[in-house]
Amino acid sequence: MNNIIVFIETENGKLCDVSLELLTKGRSLASQLGCALEALLIGDNVKDLVPELASYGASKIHLAQDKRLVNYLTLPFSAITISLFRKEQPQIALFGATSAGRDLAPRVSSALSSGLTADCTSLEIGSHTDAKAGKTYENLLYQIRPAFGGNIIATIINPDCRPQMATVREGVMKREPLATPVKYSVNNIEVSESVSDTDFLVEIIERQIEERKIDIKGSPVIIAGGFGVGSKENFNLLFELAHVLGGEVGASRAAVDAGFADHARQIGQTGVTVRPKLYIAVGISGQIQHTAGMDQSAMVISINNDPSAPINQIADYAIVGDLNEVIPRMIKSYKKNSK
Amino acid sequence: MTKAFKIVVLAKQVPDTRNVGKNAMKEDGTVNRAALPAIFNPEDMNALEQALRIKDKFPGTEVLLLTMGPGRAADIIREGFFRGADGGVLLTDRKFAGADTLATSYALSMAIRKIQPDIIIAGRQAIDGDTAQVGPQVAEKLGYPQITYAEDIIDISKGKITVKRRLERGIEVVKSSMPVVITVHATAPACRPRNAKQLMKYKHARTLTEEQDNEHNSYLPLYTMDYLKIPEWGVNDIGGDEKNYGLSGSPTKVKKIENIVFQAKESKKLTSSAEDIEMLMQELISSHTIG
Repeated sequence: MNNIIVFIETENGKLCDVSLELLTKGRSLASQLGCALEALLIGDNVKDLVPELASYGASKIHLAQDKRLVNYLTLPFSAITISLFRKEQPQIALFGATSAGRDLAPRVSSALSSGLTADCTSLEIGSHTDAKAGKTYENLLYQIRPAFGGNIIATIINPDCRPQMATVREGVMKREPLATPVKYSVNNIEVSESVSDTDFLVEIIERQIEERKIDIKGSPVIIAGGFGVGSKENFNLLFELAHVLGGEVGASRAAVDAGFADHARQIGQTGVTVRPKLYIAVGISGQIQHTAGMDQSAMVISINNDPSAPINQIADYAIVGDLNEVIPRMIKSYKKNSK
Repeated sequence: MTKAFKIVVLAKQVPDTRNVGKNAMKEDGTVNRAALPAIFNPEDMNALEQALRIKDKFPGTEVLLLTMGPGRAADIIREGFFRGADGGVLLTDRKFAGADTLATSYALSMAIRKIQPDIIIAGRQAIDGDTAQVGPQVAEKLGYPQITYAEDIIDISKGKITVKRRLERGIEVVKSSMPVVITVHATAPACRPRNAKQLMKYKHARTLTEEQDNEHNSYLPLYTMDYLKIPEWGVNDIGGDEKNYGLSGSPTKVKKIENIVFQAKESKKLTSSAEDIEMLMQELISSHTIG
C-alpha cells in the first residue's frame, strides 16, 4: 500500500526504454520515501519480461495478461489501471509520455480525481507549506516541467490527492539496472474483473509501426557536428554525448557532404530547422546557411578550435578547444553531477 | 437518407507562446504575458477543420464551438463562425478561475452533457501548457471512448466512426462507436480560411456582456437577431457540484514558477579545461537545460 507504481510499456515483446528509465527514477524516489517500487505490466503473454522489471528494482509486479491486450487500447488498459490504483492506493504513479502513456494517464487521473503533470523533466521529493491553511505537507512529489512554450519552469505538487501522477518523456531520466535484481512477487490480475466486453468496442483495424526514425526536430537537445569534426569516427563522440544527454545528433551541410553523417541529420537552410533547448555546435564555423536552421535554439554552446569562428557570435558559451578533449569531459562531468 | 450529426469542437484561446520575441520580454528578461497576442490554439484549428469536413459530407450537420475562458474568449466563437461553424458557447464564470486540467474537464463535460453531441472534437493539446490531458479527461467524465492524435476522420457509417491516428512512430486506424471524443494532431489538414459571406454575416456576433459593455450601442438593432447572440454559460447554467470547479476542483497546485531569464546575447568564453567544463555542466543541470 501507498507505494510507487510504474506503468510498463512493451513493444515487439520487449520492455520500452522509457519504462526502464521510470523504474530507475522510481527506485530512487522509493528509497527516499521508504516505500516499495512496483510495476504494472499489461499485455498478451508478457510474463517472461517480469524478471527484467525486478532487475530495475520492482519488488511487486502486477501482471494483467489477455490475448486481446496485445496492443494498447484506451478502455481496457484504463479499466485495469483504475481498478488496480483504487485497490493498491499508490502514493505515486509514473507513466511514459508516449502515445499510450499520454492517452492513458489523463483518463486514469480523471477517474480518480487525482492530479497529473505531463512531460516532467525532473521529479524530486520535498515538502510544502500551505500558509493559508497553516498546513505542512511532507514527502510530496515535486513535478518539475517547462511550461508556457518553455519560457518558464514550473514545480507542480498535488498536496491532497493520491496518486500523484506524472508522465515523463523517453530519454529524460537515466536507465540503470541493479547489479543484483530485487526479490519480487507477482500479483496476477484477473482481467475480467475490471474489463468488460464493451471496453473492446473501439477496435484497431490497421496498425503500421515504423522502425525508429531519426527525429532531430523533436529533440530537446541537439549535438551538431560540422566539417571541423574531421571524420565519421569522430562523430561517434557526438553520438555518445547525445546518448548521455538524451539528445540527437545533427550535422551541417559540409559534414553531410563529406559523408560524416546521414542526410536526415542535416540542419540549416537546405536541411531541417530546429529550435531545441540546447544546441551544441561542434566544429561548425557558423555560416548563415547553417545558423538559419538553428538560431532559434534556447541555448547554444559552441566547441571550436578557432576562437574567431562566426558561430561564437551567436553562442551563449564558446568553448575554444579540441572536441576530443572537451566532449569526454562533458560526459564525465554530466555523469557525476546529474541526479 | 444521409444522417446529420451534432458536433462540439473544444477550442481554447491561448497566448502565442511560439512567438516570444524581444518586445515580449520585460526588463528583467522574463516573458511579459500581457504582450503576447491571444490566438486560437493551433491544434484546435485542425480540430475545427475535421468537424467542418464532416459537415461538408453530411449536410445538416451542426458544428458548435465550446470554449472556456474570460469574456475576450468570445473571439474563439466568432472565429469559428467565420470559418463555417453554426454556433458556439462561451463558458465563463469567476467560479471557473484557477482551474487545472481536471477542473477544466469537469466544466467542459457538464456543458457537453447539456448539448448532447454525437461527436466531440478537440485539438490534441494547447500550446500554453502542452499537456494533452483535457481531451481524455473529458471523455472519461462522460464515459465515452476516446481517439487521440487523429489525423483524418476516414468514415462515418452505421453508427461507427473510423479514424486514422498518428502515433510516435507510425499510424493506427481505429473504429469506434459514438458518442466519442476525438483529439486532433497537428499533422491533420490545416483549417480552411475565413469565408467572406460568413464574415459579413457574423462580424457583429457577440455575447450579452460584450453588448452591454459596448458604450455606443451602435449595433443594438442588429443584436436583436438571435443568430448574433453568443450564449455565455456559467456554473448555474451547467449545474454540477461547485467544489469540482475552479481552484477547489484542481488537485494540482503550482508550487513555484521560475522564469527562464533571457540574457542579452554575449557569449561567455570557456577553455577546454576540466574546471571550465565542470562549471558549464553544473550550470546546465541547475537551469534544467539538461536532465
